[in-house]
Order: sequence, then structure tokens, then C-alpha cells
Amino acid sequence: MDMRVVPKTKLKLVMVGNGMAGVRTIEELLKISPDLYDITVFGAESHPNYNRILLSPVLAGEQTLDEIVLNSWDWYTDNGIHLHAGWKVTSVDRAKRLVHATNAAGETLSAHYDRLLMCTGSKPFILPLPGKNLQGVLAYRDIADTSAMIDAAAKYRHAVVIGGGLLGLEAANGLMLRGMSVTVVHVHPTLMERQLDSVAGKLLQQSLEKRGLQFLMGAQTQALLGGGGDDGRRVTAVAFKDGTQVPADLVVMAVGIRPNTELAESMRLHCSKGIVVNDTLQTVTDARIYSVGECAAHRGIAYGLVAPLFEQAKVAANHLAQFGIGRYMGSLTSTKLKVTGIDLFSAGQFMGGEGTEEIVMSDPFGGVYKKLVLKDNQLIGACLYGDTVDGSWYFKLLRDGRPIADIRDKLMFGESNIGDAGHQGHNKAAAMKDSDEVCGCNGVTKGTICKAIKEKGLMTLDEVRKHTKASASCGSCTGLVEQLLIFTAGADYSATPKTKALCACTDHGHQAVRDAIKTNKLLTIADVFAFMEWKTPNGCASCRPAVNYYLISTWPKQAKDDPQSRFINERSHANIQKDGTYSVIPRMWGGETTAGELRRIADVVDKYKIPTVKVTGGQRIDLLGVKKEDLQAVWQDIGMPSGHAYAKALRTVKTCVGSEWCRMGTQDSTQMGKDLERAMWRMYAPHKVKFAVSGCPRNCAEAGIKDVGIIGVDSGWEMYVAGNGGIKTEVAHFLVKVKTAAEVLEYTGAFCELYRTEGWYLERTVHYVNRVGLDYVKKRIVEDHAGRKELWENLQFALDGEPDPWFEFDKAAVDTRQFEAISA
Amino acid sequence: MTNEWTPICRIDDIPVLGSRRVARPQGLDVAVFRTDNNEVFALLDRCPHKGGPLSQGIVFGTSVACPLHNWTIGLCTGQAAAPDEGCTPRFEVKLTEGEVFLKSAELASLATDLTRPVAGPARRTACA
Repeated sequence: MDMRVVPKTKLKLVMVGNGMAGVRTIEELLKISPDLYDITVFGAESHPNYNRILLSPVLAGEQTLDEIVLNSWDWYTDNGIHLHAGWKVTSVDRAKRLVHATNAAGETLSAHYDRLLMCTGSKPFILPLPGKNLQGVLAYRDIADTSAMIDAAAKYRHAVVIGGGLLGLEAANGLMLRGMSVTVVHVHPTLMERQLDSVAGKLLQQSLEKRGLQFLMGAQTQALLGGGGDDGRRVTAVAFKDGTQVPADLVVMAVGIRPNTELAESMRLHCSKGIVVNDTLQTVTDARIYSVGECAAHRGIAYGLVAPLFEQAKVAANHLAQFGIGRYMGSLTSTKLKVTGIDLFSAGQFMGGEGTEEIVMSDPFGGVYKKLVLKDNQLIGACLYGDTVDGSWYFKLLRDGRPIADIRDKLMFGESNIGDAGHQGHNKAAAMKDSDEVCGCNGVTKGTICKAIKEKGLMTLDEVRKHTKASASCGSCTGLVEQLLIFTAGADYSATPKTKALCACTDHGHQAVRDAIKTNKLLTIADVFAFMEWKTPNGCASCRPAVNYYLISTWPKQAKDDPQSRFINERSHANIQKDGTYSVIPRMWGGETTAGELRRIADVVDKYKIPTVKVTGGQRIDLLGVKKEDLQAVWQDIGMPSGHAYAKALRTVKTCVGSEWCRMGTQDSTQMGKDLERAMWRMYAPHKVKFAVSGCPRNCAEAGIKDVGIIGVDSGWEMYVAGNGGIKTEVAHFLVKVKTAAEVLEYTGAFCELYRTEGWYLERTVHYVNRVGLDYVKKRIVEDHAGRKELWENLQFALDGEPDPWFEFDKAAVDTRQFEAISA
Repeated sequence: MTNEWTPICRIDDIPVLGSRRVARPQGLDVAVFRTDNNEVFALLDRCPHKGGPLSQGIVFGTSVACPLHNWTIGLCTGQAAAPDEGCTPRFEVKLTEGEVFLKSAELASLATDLTRPVAGPARRTACA
């Protein structure tokens, strides 16, 4: 229900500043509340909103100014926005709520506001050097600066860039590509000292020197000397404190930016490191006034990267639209350089410090350097040079604060070194051909992705996923797609909210939803949606199945399953195929069957003309191409239990022959498998669950890549958990060795219950264990004897009396009306 | 025949936030959907993407998520949600005193030429 008060006449929204963060806010606002405001925009630059981050590729000649425009003039007109481009806001009267502006011709203009959005961005810091006002001395901030640099490059030869940070290096690279002889002057001994440690900084310097840039490190600039040009007012050289000079026809100052708070201060808005805003992006001084972007200081931080600004835009828009939902909680950011062919990444406290440890891999000759900084069993910083494909993985570890003891030995080698499939082992997007496949799941090539990014103006990973489907399925190519975004669209997209929302229907993450259900004993989806203030009336296809699972796993026997919130496979208890028919996989305990069962299966295949019969990877028989209307009869005729091959549930327990027959076998693995399967079938879980039991360490049942793998040894059973044979082949971790079959049941059951009650929906055991850490699992399952027994009992309680959905329709809440069509 | 309505079922024969498929003499089924505030919509039971049966999808708001690749299709228009592009034919629905009707003319002839993708061994024969 829309509770907002819609006034008869539109409210007036005035935006000061026509940059990326502000316009994004307006776009978000128009999406959710297109008619609430009459919008007026003042922009000091005489351009529509453009992608400021892409000025470097423009300077480098890789893109044109037209290509980096984000919103055309038409966009403003089409959305009824009054744009005053080329008008600078000179003052704001907060009492009268009036904005005063002036243009280059000295004309003035005023506008009234009900809400004011301050997006004044930042301005470059200009060193107070003698000669700073000479011709040819520029900052690097906007289209005018970029155009001036391009003009200078055509006429002059010597350029000096003061500042060896991100922006300075991009400027230097661009000027060099335009034919200038470029010297970078940096006051610190190494480049990008705020983003790179000294080793990586030196590697970067070497690589840029090879390209032709010159560097003066640790150099203190004293003055800019004039006397050039026709009137003698153009810069000619840069003089240093040590008395040396470097010739310069162009000097670019790139020594940092400052939030542009001049106007805000004149309005007497509280400013400290920027315009101070709260979590709803309202200024702390005046609730009518919002501020987003580089000028806004949120919890003491003014962000200069795109992704946080877009997050701010979303929240600000929501509050401007009077929905009042959502808070901006701050962002973690990482750094990447946009110089084509140079890969570097850094995040967190990569410099190390008190109480930290470092893992370093250094191959200066090969141009690869990686440093990981650890503290208290967590990754707290990463600095990568030359090979950055794992940047997003490290960033995720850093953000999640996951304990890393159990993966420490392979941390350095990255996520992708373990059986990554689908993109031919590529780890450098720049080296790939346009025709190379990046996303093997959806068949998306590099060319397709780059084209979509350019033509549709995509800015974030999510947008690329939506438009191209690249990395939208298994996600193993996320690192590559991020690299393509950086090279093609320029921004740093890996900043992320501290908690990821479950879906667009809510701002809450999976854990918050789980916790709320448990703490407040919520028993229905409607309760959860009301309690957690869902933004949509009945959720979506992502959140409803998740919430339904959380309810039934948290409150077994109390929360009622909602079939309409389950994916079709779990609603029809069969697996939908591409032509709309279904597959049926009956349960065969431990993979053992009988002549009677096989005869019944064969008869069913004949009777219902089932086109394909296949043996599955989990040692079961799959009947493919069953019509929906035949499902009930097929189940009835086969007379075997549901195999749950369609469900987020225990699928199969794969077994080897074991000691009953095998001359090598040390344990009766088949019986163990059957016992496990009988004890835990009908067990729903966050995702599918597969077991395997081998009778000896030859491990013919491939227990090393299962959610739970049991391997018989002479003296008992070894138990392995969280393996996976799927997208990423993950070898299971050894958990414990036990003596008896009863213990195998107890430990396995307890592990499953832990995963069932703590795992996030669609998180496989491998991801769950990666998230919480193997040590935690050991603590709960191996060390805590009482806790383990309790978990195992809880699972047995949950499974006790659970129906077989192929036979007990009522109890399993199977709506049998679905099987027959209505005839018209 | 142009203005005739064919009775299909009672609204209660369709699950809330669910759907039923309606078989017709010719052409693919029609999927009838029921939202949580008891509106009824009808679309050809075929996703514009790869022909998935929309009747099997999860219904939310006035949308359905296709069971095959999770495209979101608007129930009012049959239009795929952006950035996906495509549209599935929409059938007119009349709801009178709890009885659901579809237009006889549309049942007889609307989009009867569209087919489902072929799977299984038949596909190999079809491709050969």
C-alpha cells in the first residue's frame, strides 16, 4: 500500500551540480516516483552529465567525448527536468528556500526548492606555488581541463605532471600517448603510495618507464617559471628545491582532490571533510537538504569512487521519494588503475603494521607481485600487481572477515587455481580476444560484454549481469568481467555494501532474515515480510523460496511449507526440462537395486513412452521426458520412494561395492551408504546435498568431492566435508575419523543440521564452510560432544514423519490440481 | 463468436500466487494466473525467451518468473522485464462472480502457430 502523501502540486527539487552521483540519484528517483517532483538542475559545466572517470581514456585517445556522455540533452527534456547547464549556483537562502545562480554572461536566475540536493563534487587541490596562475598550468578534473591538455599536446612538447597518484599517472599516460615527453614529479619515494606498497609501486614505475614516462621521485617543487608563449605568460619550466629545473610547456597538478564545500559553508551547513550527512544522506544541519557524491562526508568519509556514490544515490532517492526505507551504512573500497595493460589492485590495510603478518609472492622479472596482509586469522589487506584476477575474491574475504586458518596455505594462489572451469583458464581479460568466451555458462564473449558496456552505458557488475548474463550463473568469471568493466567503463566497481541484500525486495541480508525468524519466532512468509518491512507485497522469485526455506528449517513442525514459494521442481517433485516435460529419478538406497524394481521401471518406460532412460552421476536411474499429467501415475507404477533429485535436499548417497564383494574393501560401504540415506532422506537444505561412501582409500565412490564423503579404513571411517564436483572442483576437508557406523551417522547428521540451520539459501556446503571457516565447524561437530548430539537429535526430530511427496500428497502439501490441464 | 466467452474454471481452482494451464483444441496451452489480490491474468504458456511453460513459474506481484531461466514476465502485458526483451501473447480474461472466462475466439485462434522447443531424441532427429 502506498502510504505517501501526494500533494496536489508537485514538490520542487533543486539539484546543485550536474555530475554522476547527483544524476544517478535523479534516475533512481524517477524510477520509483516519477511524478513527485518538479526537478531543476544547475550545472556549472556547459555539458550534460558525463562519465568523469572516462576522461583518462579520452585523454589517451581511446574514447571520444561524445562516447562518455551518460545522459543526453534529450534525456533531461524527456524527463521534464529543467537543466541550467553553464550556470553556477552562487548562494542559497535556506530561510526562503531559494537558489541563486549566475552564468558566464553575468545573468542571474533563482529557483525555489522544497528539497535541495547538493552534489557539488570535489575540486582539485592546487599547490600554492609561485607561478600557479601561468598559462599552461592545469588541474585534471573536467572536460575543459581534458580539452586543454589535448590542445596543448598538439602544440607543445614537454609536459610535467605533479603527483604520482592514480589521477596523475593516468594524465601522464594520456599525454604521452598524445606524443608529449612527460615527466612525473612525485614528492614521495614511490608511486601511488596510498594504494600500493613500495615494491608494487616500484614495479609500476619500471613498467611505466618502459613505456616512455620519466620520473622524478622524492622531488620537491619550488616554483613554476614563466616567460613562454607570445606574451611571455606561459609556463616554461618547473624548478625544484635542489636547484634543478625541468622544461615544461604544460604542467598538470594532480596532487589530490578536496570535497567542494564552498557553497555549503556559505549556507552554514556543517562541513567537516565534506558536507556532513547522516545515513539517509540528509545534511545534519538541514533535513530538507540532501547531499551525495564526493562532496558528502558520511561517518567521516567522503568517497571518491563510483560504486559507493551509486549506493548513496539509491538511498537518497528512496528518502526523497518519501518511502523512507534504507540506510547507507558506508562502503569498503578498493583501487584499480585505468592504464590499459597495467593490472593493479589494492584494498584494506595492505601496508601491514603492528601485529600483522604478510604472505608475499614476488616475481619481478615476470612482473607479478602479490602481498596479502593478515591479522588475527583474517585477511585485512591485499596489494596485487600484474595478476589481479583474484582481487574480487580477496576483497570478499576482507569484507566478510572470514577466518582464514584453514585456507591459509592456498590463499596466495587465489580462488581460481582450484579447478575453475568455463573460461579456458584465462586470468587476464586484456589479453583475451574479442571472440574468446568469458562466461562459459551463458556463452558470452569478451566482445559482447565490452559492446554492451559501451552501448548501454553499464556501470556496475550487476548491470553487466542483467544485460549480458555474463557471470550471472556460476559466477566463476566474475573477476574477468570486473576487469572488462574497468578497462571499458573505467570505474572501480568492486566497492560493495557491507551486507549484501537478499534481493531487491529488501535491504536485509540473508543472516539478518535468519536471525529475525529465529529471535522473533516468525512462522509465515507474511510475518517475515511485515516484520522486516519488505518493499514488495509478496516478494519475488528470489526471496520467497529463501524465506520459505528459512522458516521450515528454523521451525520444523511449526512453520508451514508454502508450495507457491517453491521453485517448480519442488512444487511438482520432478525436474523440469527444456521442453516443459519432467524427469523422474526414483530413490535407490545406496545405489543398489533389484530385478523387481528394474522390471517396474522398464514397464513404466514402455507404458508412458518415456523417451530417454539414463544412469546419473549419482548412481541412480533417470527417466527423462515424462509429461506432467503422467507424473502421478509414473510414481505410483514404479512404487519406489522419491529420489529428491529435483530438490534442494539430500540427493543421493553414492557408494562403492565395499567389503561385501570387493577384494580390496575394508568396510561395508554399501550398507553404510544405505543407512545414511535412510536416516537422512527427505532432508531439505539450503542447496542440494550429496554424500558418498567408499569402502577403502582407493575411494571408488569419489567421496573427496561430496558435501559429506566417508572413506572406510581398516580401523574405522574418515569423514570429509564440503567438497564439490561442480563449477569449482573443491576437494573436501578432512573433518574427523570415527570408529563406528553409529558415529558416522551422528557426525554426518550433526554437520547437515548445522548447515541446514546456518547456511544461506542456495549456498552449497563448500560456500557455507568457506564463510564460517572449517575451524568453526570442527568446534561445533568434533569438539562439542553435547552440541553434536543435540544437532543430530534436532535433525531426527525435523525428519521424523516427513512425508514422501510422491505418495503422501496431503501431508507433503502437493497441490495435485497442477498435474491436469483444464480443458477449454 | 468474436464476443463470446468460454467458461474456464472458478477462481478458487487456481492457487493464490499460482496458475493453471488451460488446454485448447489447437495450439499451446494458455496459462491462467491468480495474484494475491485475486486478479486473474492469462498468457500463452510460453516464455518469449526459450519457450518455457510460464504456468510452472513463481508468481509475485503481477509478474511470473519463468521456470527455465528466471526471466520475469509481466502478467498484464506479457512483456519481459527490462533489460530482457520479448513478449508473449496475452489473452483477455473476464472474471464474473468468481467464474473465470476466456475469449472463445482467442482460444480458437490466438497464437496457435507457436510451438514448444523440442528435447530428447526427437531433437536429434529434428536437427539431422
